[in-house]
Formats: sequence, structure tokens, C-alpha cells
Amino acid sequence: MIAEFGLAALWLAAALAGLQLVAGSLALTARGKDLAGIVRPVAVVQGVLALIAFAALIVLFCQTDLSVKLVAMNSHSAKPLIYKLSGAWGNHEGSMLLWVTVMGLAGGFVALVERRLPEQTMLATLAGQAFVSLGFYAFLLISSNPFERLNPPAPEGQGLNPLLQDIGLAFHPPTLYLGYVGLSVAFSFAIGALVTREVGPAFARAMRPWVLGAWIFLTIGITAGSYWAYYELGWGGWWFWDPVENASLMPWLAATALLHSVSVLAARNALRAWTVMLGVVAFSMSMVGTFLVRSGILTSVHAFAVDPERGTFILALLAINIGGALTLFGLRAATVTEGERFSVVSREGALVFNNVMLSAILGIVLFGTLYPLLAEVMGAKVSVGPPYFNPVSAIFAVPMLLVLAVGPLLRWRRDSLARIRWSMAVPAALVVLSAAGLAIRAQLHILPFIGLALAGGLAVASVLPLKGRNLARVPLAVWGMVAAHLGVAVALFGMASESAFSVERLVAVRIGETSEVGPWRVTLGGIEPVAGPNWTALQANMAASYRGGAPVEIHPQARSFWAPPQQTSESSLLTRWNGQLYAVIGDQAEDGRWQLRLWWKPFVTLIWFGGLLIALGGFLALLGRVASDLRRHIARGKIADRRMEQGR
Amino acid sequence: MNAPSPRPRGWTLWLPLALFGGFVVLVLFGLFRPAGREVASAMIGKPLPAFELRAAVPDRPGLSSRDFRAGTGAGKPRLLNIFASWCIPCAVEAPQLEQLRAAGVEINGIAIRDRQEDVAAFLARNGNPFARIGADDLSAVQLGIGSSGVPETFVIDGKGVIRYQHIGEIRPDQVPLILEKLKEAKR
Amino acid sequence: MKRYLLLVLAFWAAPLAAQDSLPPAPYAYRQLDDPKLEAQAQELMETLRCLKCQSQSIADSDAPMAGDMRSQVRQRIAAGEDPEKIRAWLVERYGDYVSYSPRVTALTWPLFAVPLLLLVLAVLLLGRRLGGKGRS
Repeated sequence: MIAEFGLAALWLAAALAGLQLVAGSLALTARGKDLAGIVRPVAVVQGVLALIAFAALIVLFCQTDLSVKLVAMNSHSAKPLIYKLSGAWGNHEGSMLLWVTVMGLAGGFVALVERRLPEQTMLATLAGQAFVSLGFYAFLLISSNPFERLNPPAPEGQGLNPLLQDIGLAFHPPTLYLGYVGLSVAFSFAIGALVTREVGPAFARAMRPWVLGAWIFLTIGITAGSYWAYYELGWGGWWFWDPVENASLMPWLAATALLHSVSVLAARNALRAWTVMLGVVAFSMSMVGTFLVRSGILTSVHAFAVDPERGTFILALLAINIGGALTLFGLRAATVTEGERFSVVSREGALVFNNVMLSAILGIVLFGTLYPLLAEVMGAKVSVGPPYFNPVSAIFAVPMLLVLAVGPLLRWRRDSLARIRWSMAVPAALVVLSAAGLAIRAQLHILPFIGLALAGGLAVASVLPLKGRNLARVPLAVWGMVAAHLGVAVALFGMASESAFSVERLVAVRIGETSEVGPWRVTLGGIEPVAGPNWTALQANMAASYRGGAPVEIHPQARSFWAPPQQTSESSLLTRWNGQLYAVIGDQAEDGRWQLRLWWKPFVTLIWFGGLLIALGGFLALLGRVASDLRRHIARGKIADRRMEQGR
Repeated sequence: MNAPSPRPRGWTLWLPLALFGGFVVLVLFGLFRPAGREVASAMIGKPLPAFELRAAVPDRPGLSSRDFRAGTGAGKPRLLNIFASWCIPCAVEAPQLEQLRAAGVEINGIAIRDRQEDVAAFLARNGNPFARIGADDLSAVQLGIGSSGVPETFVIDGKGVIRYQHIGEIRPDQVPLILEKLKEAKR
Repeated sequence: MKRYLLLVLAFWAAPLAAQDSLPPAPYAYRQLDDPKLEAQAQELMETLRCLKCQSQSIADSDAPMAGDMRSQVRQRIAAGEDPEKIRAWLVERYGDYVSYSPRVTALTWPLFAVPLLLLVLAVLLLGRRLGGKGRS
């Protein structure tokens, strides 16, 4: 019953998307003007219906309704409830349903609260959103129905991949999708603006909070995914430039550039074509990403369902949506005049530089990810990984970081470096001192060296905009900028430190023996079997002491699941302010000794704290913008009331 | 008041669409002519690296690189079959290997990461078409010839040069192909 | 009773997949004694691809073949071989696929040409956008 109910809600939502598209498009013409009134309510109801369908799927998973094919293939009655719930989106169909739900809800939310756009642009935006949604509804209903029944029902489910039976699955996909798919709003705004040729500061101010919101979630999603891979996969790696990881990074790069571009457009009415282009590119990257992950054309540790037929369907959607948007851009952008001028040394100049660098990195990541496919077409196999991506993206990232230090201090329109030279003295001195100190005391590779040398100076430079201001009266948006840029410096420090100073020890020990890694002494106390709800494991009881301090107990496990049969390694992490001890228990050798893998990773947690700080900065900026908008709205309301009273 | 700047030139506006078009073409190739996941050896046409492996089972001698050049069969192409007792497709191709042996082909085997008793049990279950079997406990020879999995079969000519690599099990309809490659290796 | 059964099963649960039963290669999970040589080996291993995995380096994989490759790498480094020679030895056997480290060859030149092109484009774009402006 619930499955049919969910399917019905999904069909209804798709039908309403169709209505939204037709009504929205017709309302733009002179003859269809009367239809304008229904577009917003239809968008809201569509979102609610999609949410109902998604809720139905969640209920089916929580009940482990084995007569539904998706549940039978991906769930198991012995799974803990949290994984039953998050397992709903841990598969292709469920995550596609999450996709259309977020699209519908985002569109509905825009329809409900966005009042600043001219009505025509709003209608075009909602029509654009409906157009894209319709394609994905069709994909779901025709080729990836999550509510398909299994007759007769399965006696037991096949279980969820043990690597996914982790709290990370509860966080990573939902936040990632809120970000990914939230960018569809920016896409629709860009379409709306191109159709009605309304690209100006008002448009930018309206679009900015939506871009910010999606970007915040995307940042959190990527950070969560990185941390999850770090502790789950058992080797301490946090980023591998894997095709699926790149698929989430590319929209983020575009969205970051869009964020900054929108600010310029809102404040100075410049960078119009850039902003619209980036709005289209950001969500296009989301769609390209979902295509790459689900079509099976690239080998990846993370890849979803490998199905060329589904891949072709998504490719068709891509061709229509992205091809259509880019064609519209080609036709209309020429008539979007460029806007105000500015000098090289100005905040706009710095932001243009930032945009160009981010776009270049985006291009490199896209090309590098697709290159193995290109090589295969030409008959050979190549591998493109961290040894390529790290240095090549650094070529563009390092200049960008240097400008990041200077940009926020520059004035709009025209400024001179001489004016800020004393402010820049402190960060510059810090960079030089760090570089000198590192060169003398440590033997580092070039990239970690640059990262460590820059990080301190960058951190100081990011708080410089606050200098000399009354802190109580600094707008929230500025606090947001400071926090986000500081987050970049913090993350950079964490990345460089992990790369430069990590210590690894692989040892084979007997029970009672002690090994050393960095400043830690780790003793293997014993090995005991333990059992969980759907797994059994060999747990190592170890005591770790830092520089001779009190020992702390850690319990890494080697787990065996039986549905599906798979072994995972549950690492044990001990976090201090200055780094993490990472411990993994391996197999027992024939002589009775146990394989231990130990790492001491100084300041590695700063990578993810930096990421969260960036997201916090975005949140503060969003709060600031929304608050100031509300204040303006209330003030206008008060003025209108007063006028009415005076008129009486 | 500043005048609006010159409009972006036509071609830059269409560049993103053109690049996207290229992407679609590339991806269509990937979807409809997918390359396999196997990694082919790059040693085709190169001589076998020198190696010497102990006997994997008591009733067959061990295997060395000299065995591909030596003896009365000098000049005779042979098959080198990489297998393991824990490999299921290896059991599937056993009848085809027997067929080849019956056709007069000399097959030498290398057992990867296997205990003596497991290899013996495998051969008892699936038949023993091998003239010699070497035990490669550390995959050293497997790495040396560019093999990346089991089962794989190599055609080695009489001078000890690798002439052909067959990845995966030999299916019944592929036996003529192997015989053809052996004949080519005579030249 | 069920719990006890599960615990007993834990000990026999190990050889579940079709994996070999021999122990790992000597240096698959053992580091070299000389830290400098080990660092050299680690750096090399992080850039060599595991052939039986989806997308991992041999330094990050538990596959037996990856362990054998690690053992080979460590033993050769301990014997004094140059890391690039070891890489070349593997590339000779498996082609460029086995190495993540980019080489400029007839096959991979676009990987280097494209960033260069992007750099040139970036400079041009910035020059046009910023250079011609703001002389007001």
C-alpha cells in the first residue's frame, strides 16, 4: 500500500512539474498572462508531493518491506534502524528519488519566499526548474522506479554494503544532495535571467542567498565525505582525486566562483556574463557528476550502479538541459551588456582573478577525470591520479591564494597596492619567516612546503578586514567572509601538515608487546571476539600513551559481516589538539603475531575543521543577508503603513 | 558615467557549448564501445624474463624459463597457463586445456599463491593437462611477465618470446583461436 | 546460544571470499629498517596503481597482488635500485596504466598541453578584462 501510495505521489509530482512548465512558459506570453497566478502554488505542491514520495520510501526501508524490490536488494532485517533509514538513499534509485525531492522542495521554497525578482523572471525561473525536474522525474519513473514490487516477496534482504553501514551515510549523501541539487535553483535563475534579459544587481541580490545555501551544504557534504573515507577505508587517505570525488568537487569549484561573482554583480553591477555562465555551469557540473557516477564509464571505488542503459538516459537529459542552457547563453549573452568598469587593482579585479583561477582548476579536474576515457577511445589505458592533479591544480591554486590574502582589503572600483602595504606587511613577514624556518629545520617536498609557508600568512590576512573596525558593528556578512577565508587557511595547514609530517608504522606484534609511532607508545593488550547486530569481529584491546602520559584504551576491529559477506576494518582514532593517532588491526601471521598499522598524523583534523569553518562562514554570510533583507522588508512595510495612515 | 565595455566576442560565447559537444561525443564512445577492465601485458613480443620455480606438486617437475627454449622441442611453441586452486574460472577452462593437450600442445602451468595440497586437490578435481607446474608464491613471475590476474594463458614461441596473451578463461569457442596463435608462433 | 555460535563463527569467517590462503609477501606489511629507504619506497608505492582494485594505489590496498607488488618494491629499494628504474620495470610490463605519475608521451601530451593552454587563456582573459579597463 505504502509503495503504491509513494508511486502515486511521484506521478502526481511529475504531472505538476509538467503543469508548472506549461503554465510558467505560457504566462510569459501576452495571451497566457492569467496563468501566472497558479505557477507558484503548483511549485509548492509539487515539492510537497515529492517529499511525500520520499517519506514513503523511508517508511518502506524502516519497516524492511521485502515485497519492494529496492528494499530486498539493499536492506536486511537485522540492520540497525539508522542504517535501514540511511540505506534508503544508499543506492541508485533511492538517491535519484532524493535528487528529485530536493529539486522539488528547492523550487517550492523559492516559489514560496522569493519576492524580490520581477514577476516575469520569476515565472521563467520556475518554468526552468520544472523543465529540468521533468527530465529527472521521467528518468525515475521510466527506468529507475524505486517502488517496484517483488513478487513473491524475498525471504530476506541482501543487505547493505558494510562499508556504507556507518554514520557517514546518514550525513554525507543528504548534505551533498542538498548542495548539488540546490544549485539547480541558481541554474533556473540563470535561465530565467537569460530568457527575460534581466541580469542586474537586483537579480544578483535575489540569487545570492540561494547560491550560498546550496554552497554551504555542498561544502559540508564534501568535508563529511572526505572524513568518512579517511576513517572507513583503513589507510588514512582523505582525498584521492577519484572520479566520484572529483564529481563532487567540480560543482563546488563552480559554485565558489559563482558565489564571488554574484557578490560583484550585486555590489557593482559588473561580471554579468560571468555570473550567468557560472550559474549554468555549476548545476551542469552536478548533472555531469551524477552521470559519471551512474553510467559506469569510469572506474571508481565509489561508483554506483554500473548500467550503460541508465547512463544513456541521463546523457540524454544532460544534452537537453545543458545543451539547451548553453545554447540560450550563446544566443542571449551577447545582448547582456557588461556593466561597470573597474581597474586591475580593485576588489573586482581580485574577484575576476579568483574566478578565472577557479574555472581553470575546474577545467583541469574535468579534463583529468575524463582523460582515461579519451585514452581508452584511442586504444590505450592510462591512469591519472594525485601525482598529476596535485601539482597541476597547485599551479593555479597558489596564485589564487596569494590574491585571496590581498583581495578583501582592496576597495571597489579602484585601489592601489601601496595603500595596503603596511597591512600586508605582517602576513608577508609571516610567510617569509615560515618558509625560512621550514627550509632550515625540515626536508619537505615542494607542495607541502608551499602550503605550510602560506597557511599562517593567509590566516592573518583573512582577519585583516576586521582591523580598525568597531567589532560590534561589523556586518555578519563580513564575519562570514573572514571565517570562510580563515577556514581555507586552516584546511591548507592541515593538508600540508598531514602530507609533510605523518609517520607510519607497520608492525607485527605479539600480545603484550609495545610499538612506537611518533610520540606514541602503543601496547597490544589482547585480542577478543565481539559480536554486533549483523557482524562479528576480532577486536584488539590496545593502550596508547602520548609522550609517557597516562595510557588511553583504543579498540580497532577487523569485522566480518555476513549479509552481504564482506570484511571491513574499523579503525580506531585518538584525537588530540595537535593530531590524530590512527590504529588498524590486520590479520594474524602464521607465527601468531598480529599485523598492526599505526599512524601519527599531526594536525590532520584541521583539514575538516577548516572545511566546517568555511561552511560556517557561508552560514554567517547567509544569515547576515537574510537578516538585512528582512529588516529592509519590515522597514518598507512600516513606511507603507505610515503612508496609508497619513493618506487617511 | 562609464560607457559599457565592448561586448564579449561571438566565439567566446559559443565555446562552452562546443566543449560540451565534445564531452558528449567522448562519453558516447565510452558508453557504446566500452573498453574492458582487464589490463593487458606490455611484454608481447619480448622474451620471457629468466625465472626458476620449484615444483608445485610432487608428480610434475618445476618450471623455469629455460624449459621454453630447451630440449627436442626447441622451436616448438608452448602454452604458459597462469592459474590457482582458489580461482573459479580456472576450473571452468580445465576441459579446454585438456582439449589443447590432446591436440598435442605442451602446456606448462604456474600456480599463484597456492599450497601444495590445494593444487593437488584442484588437479585431482579438474584434471591435469600440465607438463610442468611451477609454484609462484609471491606472484614474482606473474609480475615479471605482465600478468595481472588468473586465469591467463600465454603463447610462448620456441625462442622463449611471448607472442600472445589470452586474458580470462579459455571458452570452448576460443580453442581454435589458441591453436591459430600457436601456429603463428612457429614462424 | 546464538551469540556463542556467532563468536565461534568469527574465527572461521576469515577465508570467505575466493582468496588465496598463503600468507602475505614478506615486505607487504613490513617496513624497511632504514627510514630513508622506506620513505623512498612509500613515495613510489603511492604512485603505482593496484591492478586488481577499482582505483587505488598499491600503498592503499589490501589485495594480495598489491601486497606482492609492495614487497617487490621494498626489496628492490633495499637492494639499492633507483625508484624510477623500478617504475620503468613495471611500466615495461603493464604499460602506462600501472603508474599514476604523469610522463609526457605520445599518449599523454594533452594532459600537459591543456593546463598550459588554460594558463595562456587565463592570462589573455585577465589581460583583456583588466588591462583595457579603468583608465578613467
